[in-house]
Amino acid sequence: MGALDNDTALEVREGVDRETIETVQAMAGKYKYGWETDIEMEFAPKGLNEDIVRLISEKNGEPDWMLEWRLAAYRRWVKMEEPRWAMLNYPEIDYQDQYYYAKPKSMTKKPKSLDEVDPKLLATYEKLGIPLKEQMLLAGVEGSDEPRKVAVDAVFDSVSVGTTFKEELKKAGVIFCSISEAVRDYPELVKKYLGSVVPQSDNFFATLNSAVFSDGSFVYVPEGVRCPMELSTYFRINAENTGQFERTLIIADKGAYVSYLEGCTAPKRDTNQLHAAVVEIVILDDAEVKYSTVQNWYPGDEEGRGGIYNFVTKRADCRGPRSKVMWTQVETGSAITWKYPSCILRGDDSQGEFYSIAIANNAQQADTGTKMVHLGKRTKSRIVSKGISAGRAQNTYRGLVSMHPKATDSRNYTQCDSLLIGDRCGAHTVPYIEVKNNSSRVEHEATTSKVDDDQLFYCRSRGMDEEEAVALVVNGFCKEVLQALPMEFAMEAQSLVAISLEGSVG
Amino acid sequence: MLEINNLHVKLEEDDKVILKGVNLTVEAGKVHAIMGPNGSGKSTLSYVLAGRDGYSVTDGSATLDGAELLEMEPEERAAAGLFLAFQYPVEIPGVGNMTFLRTAVNAQRKARGEDELSAGEFLKIVREKAKALKIDAEMMKRPVNVGFSGGEKKRNEILQMAMLEPKMCILDETDSGLDVDAMKLVADGVNALRDAGRAFLVITHYQRLLDHIRPDVVHIMADGRIVKTGGPELALEVENNGYADILAEVM
Repeated sequence: MGALDNDTALEVREGVDRETIETVQAMAGKYKYGWETDIEMEFAPKGLNEDIVRLISEKNGEPDWMLEWRLAAYRRWVKMEEPRWAMLNYPEIDYQDQYYYAKPKSMTKKPKSLDEVDPKLLATYEKLGIPLKEQMLLAGVEGSDEPRKVAVDAVFDSVSVGTTFKEELKKAGVIFCSISEAVRDYPELVKKYLGSVVPQSDNFFATLNSAVFSDGSFVYVPEGVRCPMELSTYFRINAENTGQFERTLIIADKGAYVSYLEGCTAPKRDTNQLHAAVVEIVILDDAEVKYSTVQNWYPGDEEGRGGIYNFVTKRADCRGPRSKVMWTQVETGSAITWKYPSCILRGDDSQGEFYSIAIANNAQQADTGTKMVHLGKRTKSRIVSKGISAGRAQNTYRGLVSMHPKATDSRNYTQCDSLLIGDRCGAHTVPYIEVKNNSSRVEHEATTSKVDDDQLFYCRSRGMDEEEAVALVVNGFCKEVLQALPMEFAMEAQSLVAISLEGSVG
Repeated sequence: MLEINNLHVKLEEDDKVILKGVNLTVEAGKVHAIMGPNGSGKSTLSYVLAGRDGYSVTDGSATLDGAELLEMEPEERAAAGLFLAFQYPVEIPGVGNMTFLRTAVNAQRKARGEDELSAGEFLKIVREKAKALKIDAEMMKRPVNVGFSGGEKKRNEILQMAMLEPKMCILDETDSGLDVDAMKLVADGVNALRDAGRAFLVITHYQRLLDHIRPDVVHIMADGRIVKTGGPELALEVENNGYADILAEVM
């Protein structure tokens, strides 16, 4: 029994699970973030045309080159067609019936520090559990190490309302600010890297985003710097009929390291809302980026009314040799999810990893996966995807693994597991594999299983109620992915997994 | 403690009648054994008492300390003090054995209005009880029953029983798939839990488990009923002569 005595890892897992169950019980089946903030907003007129693009650019105080970049994207976008190849079924989106810019009035004059931010906005984030004060975040687990700091950039509808720990990060040389500030303050960096991973012409939604993105986060970690804390962005859609188009640009210079977290919520509404974000990550020689997302946009009600349409383009370019990227995503929200965080493994010996949990309950539809594009020699990628379907939901894994002729001696391992709860949902796996050299190896494993009545009975006969039992079994199914998340997020994700499956059995 | 009266049960899927009027009273502090040939309804009885889906009770009752078990959800029966050690313990991939056990213990404590055990308190108790069953730290970390040997699975069931401290323990063919040493370990685990406030219902095919867990009363079950009841000597009779004589005598 010796090993048990000093086994703290075990205790940590324990704490995590108890947390899940307490949270589930406390929340009793409701989307926790469905309230809205009553705050005066300034909107641009509904619809999209060149004037709206000009207005967004002007509101952000952008230089001419940025406006030209946006207009070029807009002109391209009007000639493009919305892609319909995904296994998603939704009514035609009227792009002229959306607001493309919404900003709290109190933000008209940009606050100089967090002390000047509208208390209503601060209260919103507090209610969401996101501290916008520069306080220590306790990891929240017994026996875990030092209190950890997490710097937050909070984006409310179209604008960033504040970024914490900016000064402390600056001392380390790390730039962490809203992208609108970066356009003004670091134009050289933005000019060099914006659109270099996801070009304006990439796809319908990315092009739309390039034209109308209003804010988002910007990160630059200079050569050789290990970012001293976790960075995070918290996105909140509040205003009605408002699209959110944020743009995130992360640059890890040679030998740098950063771990970045992204969280999202929105109020409950009967109408659908559009979210089309772009995330670009540039990773130079020997640098490493971890990007974790807990996506909890409002999923719509049980009948499928309302919810966010989430069309997101995320891509990391491992530009330098030995660079590394790890995407981890927990997708529990949104009515529609269309999202394929990808890795371009350009540098020799670069590595890409993708860990995903996608949960679709009730009438939710998810078509999500990744692309691993191997260009450099001896590049490695690993995909672990866990799809969970319940209710009438449809969940599709769509993934591309591509080994180019020069990507010799490269490896990919893909594991795709689907779990079905009930008998009205669906799980689909659509792998695309292209290998154009003889020395690379691609492995693909896929399983589909059902939550087993015997497992549930076993748990219940030991005293757990049905929802606790489902949460336990599903969290077990997702374990490999949950382990890839930073600890604070792992706990949130575990509770989310449980909450989003409430009412899925019985 | 456990009172079963005229219990009739059929399978939901094909209406096949399995239990045809079971009557049984188990008093606190006692160990009762149920023996019987395959298909006599022994395992069905244990599943119906624990609340598994798929059975419909057409008549009769089963109470634990006066409370009607058959109207409770499985987890309510567990919180009321009923425990079933499974013949085939179920695998739960990805869920650590320790996590499972702690979730179960705290779920029951909560249902009874008691405070949950802290991680520290819980670990202290588990370590002690696991040690007696020769369950090591490694086995507590592995996912529940995944890749466990037959003996490990059964010892794990007894560990759960020891942690949950039920009043009424049902052991469904706990001896199946065990070698002599493993059976001895399991029996010692059960014997350590015997006390005046706790009762056991031991379901088994063979006398050999009853050499280690000495029963106070032995019942013979056949064709959905208890057909004969006696002392420990009844088990020996079965061991020596098989069921044929007894069945011929009573049916």
